[in-house]
Amino acid sequence: MSEYVNMSVTGNSPEALNVQQKLSSALGLLGVSIMVLSGFNIQFQPKIVWVSLSLIMVFAGIFWYSKVSYGYMTEGIKNDRVYFKSLTNRGFWAYILGLVLTGFYIVLYFYPSWIGLSSDGENTGVVALFDPLSKAISGNAASQWFVYGTLYTLAIVGFGVKFLWKYRHNRYQRLRTFSVMFFQLGFAFLIPELMSRLNGDDFSLPYYNFVNIWPLNYYNFEQYRVDQYINAGNVGIGLLIFGVLSILIITPILTYKYGKRWYCSWVCGCGGLAETAGDSFRHLSDKSQSSWKLERWLVHTVVVFVVIMTTAVVYSYLNTDKYWLSGTAFLISVASLLTMVFTWTMLYKREELQNDAKYGAIGFFVVILSLLGLHFSELIDKVFLFEAETLRSTYGFVIGAIFSGVVGVGFYPIFGNRVWCRFGCPMAAILGFQQRLFSKFRITTNGGQCISCGNCTTYCEMGIDVRAYAQKGENIVRSSCVGCGICASVCPRGVLKLENDTPVGRINSKEILLGNDVDLMDLVNHNK
Amino acid sequence: MKQEHIVIIGNGISGVTLARHIRKLSNQRITLISSESEHFFSRTALMYVYMGHMKWNHLKPYEDGFWKKNRIDIKQAYVSAVDHKNKELQLESGEAFSYDKLVIACGSKSNKFGWPGQDSDGVLGLYSKQDLESLEVHAPNKEVCKRAVIVGGGLIGIELAEMLATRNIPVTLLVRESHFWNNVLPDEEAKLIDRHIREHHIDLRLETNLEEISADKTGRVKAIKIKETGEVLECDFVGLTPGVSPNIDFLNSSDIELNRGVLVNRNLETSVEDIYAIGDCAEQRQPIGNRPSIEAVWYTGRMMGETLAQTLCGNLREYKPGHWFNSAKFFDIEYQTYGWVFNQPKEGQTDFYWQHTDGKKCIHIQYEIESRIFKGINTFGIRLRHEVFDRWLTEKATVDEVIKNLKSANFDPEFFKSYEKEIQNKFQHTLKTI
Repeated sequence: MSEYVNMSVTGNSPEALNVQQKLSSALGLLGVSIMVLSGFNIQFQPKIVWVSLSLIMVFAGIFWYSKVSYGYMTEGIKNDRVYFKSLTNRGFWAYILGLVLTGFYIVLYFYPSWIGLSSDGENTGVVALFDPLSKAISGNAASQWFVYGTLYTLAIVGFGVKFLWKYRHNRYQRLRTFSVMFFQLGFAFLIPELMSRLNGDDFSLPYYNFVNIWPLNYYNFEQYRVDQYINAGNVGIGLLIFGVLSILIITPILTYKYGKRWYCSWVCGCGGLAETAGDSFRHLSDKSQSSWKLERWLVHTVVVFVVIMTTAVVYSYLNTDKYWLSGTAFLISVASLLTMVFTWTMLYKREELQNDAKYGAIGFFVVILSLLGLHFSELIDKVFLFEAETLRSTYGFVIGAIFSGVVGVGFYPIFGNRVWCRFGCPMAAILGFQQRLFSKFRITTNGGQCISCGNCTTYCEMGIDVRAYAQKGENIVRSSCVGCGICASVCPRGVLKLENDTPVGRINSKEILLGNDVDLMDLVNHNK
Repeated sequence: MKQEHIVIIGNGISGVTLARHIRKLSNQRITLISSESEHFFSRTALMYVYMGHMKWNHLKPYEDGFWKKNRIDIKQAYVSAVDHKNKELQLESGEAFSYDKLVIACGSKSNKFGWPGQDSDGVLGLYSKQDLESLEVHAPNKEVCKRAVIVGGGLIGIELAEMLATRNIPVTLLVRESHFWNNVLPDEEAKLIDRHIREHHIDLRLETNLEEISADKTGRVKAIKIKETGEVLECDFVGLTPGVSPNIDFLNSSDIELNRGVLVNRNLETSVEDIYAIGDCAEQRQPIGNRPSIEAVWYTGRMMGETLAQTLCGNLREYKPGHWFNSAKFFDIEYQTYGWVFNQPKEGQTDFYWQHTDGKKCIHIQYEIESRIFKGINTFGIRLRHEVFDRWLTEKATVDEVIKNLKSANFDPEFFKSYEKEIQNKFQHTLKTI
């Protein structure tokens, strides 16, 4: 649906902020400005006091803002004026914020020295401001990634509080938000930092975030990390095995039971940021059929890319005969696994895939051919013409940095909060494939109660046209659905419910809705 | 079957559902005529555009290219008369437009009861796209509209109050009944909603009627007078929401038999051959069960469209709506109903009521005293499963079975606190004390 016309807004000026909202915003921005000023090498001493002050001010600002924005309202859905505000309706402030975020990511990924990172010698600027905090937690000086990790966690925890206030009437939303706050603060931030305290001269673990699973964590099986795992003895081997089991065993089981939501909207850090800091932008996702098509092509291309890239990279170092697994054995296992999945899908789920089966087949054969190419090419580190290293660095640049960071988060105020998760994340695509074909999860539609109002579709961050299913009385089983539950929350008639139930009858296609004459329902629903 | 031209007046839920289903079943030529909007939109969501939850385009359930792709012709025109002898429509533009089969699905208009000043500038209902546009002119904010008065305590009245409140406009809501909507709701629920309306700072006036609306020299509304007290309330906007009635004035010159609506039989046929009527504008000659003969409800419009599509494609079907159900939302409180719950139990029936201590959730069941057969349930703040209640109503389940298995009908989101135990305890307690 194109969204360029807004019939209703006839020059009604955007709602102004009240005094407390202004003060709380100022407090938060003051905290940010301490960091910005330190970026210009203004020396705040002692640093530990200033960095703490800065972080506390930002958190307190968000906390206070949330309280005055939602705390005094009655419990319930409060999306009033969302489309009248410049920030949340692609107005001036949305573009400013977009520029700031995009700029931040570009500096972070490509010009970390601008914010004070120094590889030899003392850090300066913002990174230096964070040094004492980093030393207190991990014992090391800060890097740009530590600064980023801290701010990222602050955003999830701070805006998580805002989300909790906004949806305080809804226990599903509250538990889910506590969960992403917990996983970000604990598993993604504190535990890996604390783990690096264990590192010494003869024992060194790679930075390991348990919930950042391959292929989202596309570099998990690169040589330097695998070497580190192996050199770190049992603990390291354990982590390596956990990394493999995560994608092959653990996530399939959990996705079968609960749908991909257990990861995408309860655990994942990208999802965590989208659900908290990105919540104000969820309605900006594009709902058109054409963007759905683009989504399917893009996200699956990324999966194919990451599989080929990882296989090529792993193969190229396994072929050096330093490891117990040979390159050829590895290739054969990957090929067998993919063939098993492909055969099973084509045998049992062909019907459900319809046209997509064809594209799935194409993707599969691209991967298999590449593997063959890998094996038969004379030079061990090449897939046809591309070197494994080139593939790796291209993926890291295009997908890892530009797509997931610069575009994914930088464009929150323009394209919505799940651009990366929807169009780019290979993890989401793999879990989604499974959710669509082999899971108990669905969104149930409540008989004939739907009034086609479109709140569900508007507030779906993944751009799913939920109403299209609900108004036909059909359950929603879509691979992209992250199970955030907002469609069910904003529905004014209690039509939608996220459920895990038996896979039988999960996808129901109805033409005539409940409430009608039983004969007519039979006639139309069975005579198709 | 030779290709016929089916012309549908009105592109609301009834007409559009009909068109879609005819297209699925046949190759007939279909034209949808409307003067309200080019494309179908969800009337039910007009409020969300004013409140800033959505934009106009979000109201359209189908992308604009849908109609062409499905070979459903769209004609933006106003039909001023029907000439059934020549099978022709007279359009306001002067054009004549022919049909083989005609379906009237032109919906409703807001009721006005002849109040003095009811046609002043700034007095409107909330039904059409044009009403929404007009509302933006007369009540864009609290500077232009210092006070709004709404007349009529029904579903649209409370929606309008909620809408205006989001723009910080002070609202007075005049309700004829002793409690909000208690010509439909039992007192308990009506009082619960009374409290909730006031919690949202709406000036709710019960048992209050409108005497007259007065306008300034330019014809703009400036005040209203209350019948009971003679009190004059200055205001810049008056919302008239005492219900809707069929929008069929353009048919007065035709030979189609009319009452309040277009009279139809169970096959949705009017008195004139090859002319049918569906949705809000159709009036059943004999009411179906407890249903009113004119049903201005979203889903009945849809069901009539589904049914008539079968008939028009050579598969004669009677309109047979199943068990009554409905839903609404009053500010933050959701309401659903399955089966019939009347504001007073019918003879031979009694009721069971449970309310949560927070005063925002309740259920109200009515059942037959002798047979204990369950007749209907109202639920506020707890979502219930349509499918399960539909089955219970068909199977004529007893109230005891319903209460015992209430959990299986719960449709609240996961992890929500459930109240079945509490409800069951209260029910047991009530049984003992009888």
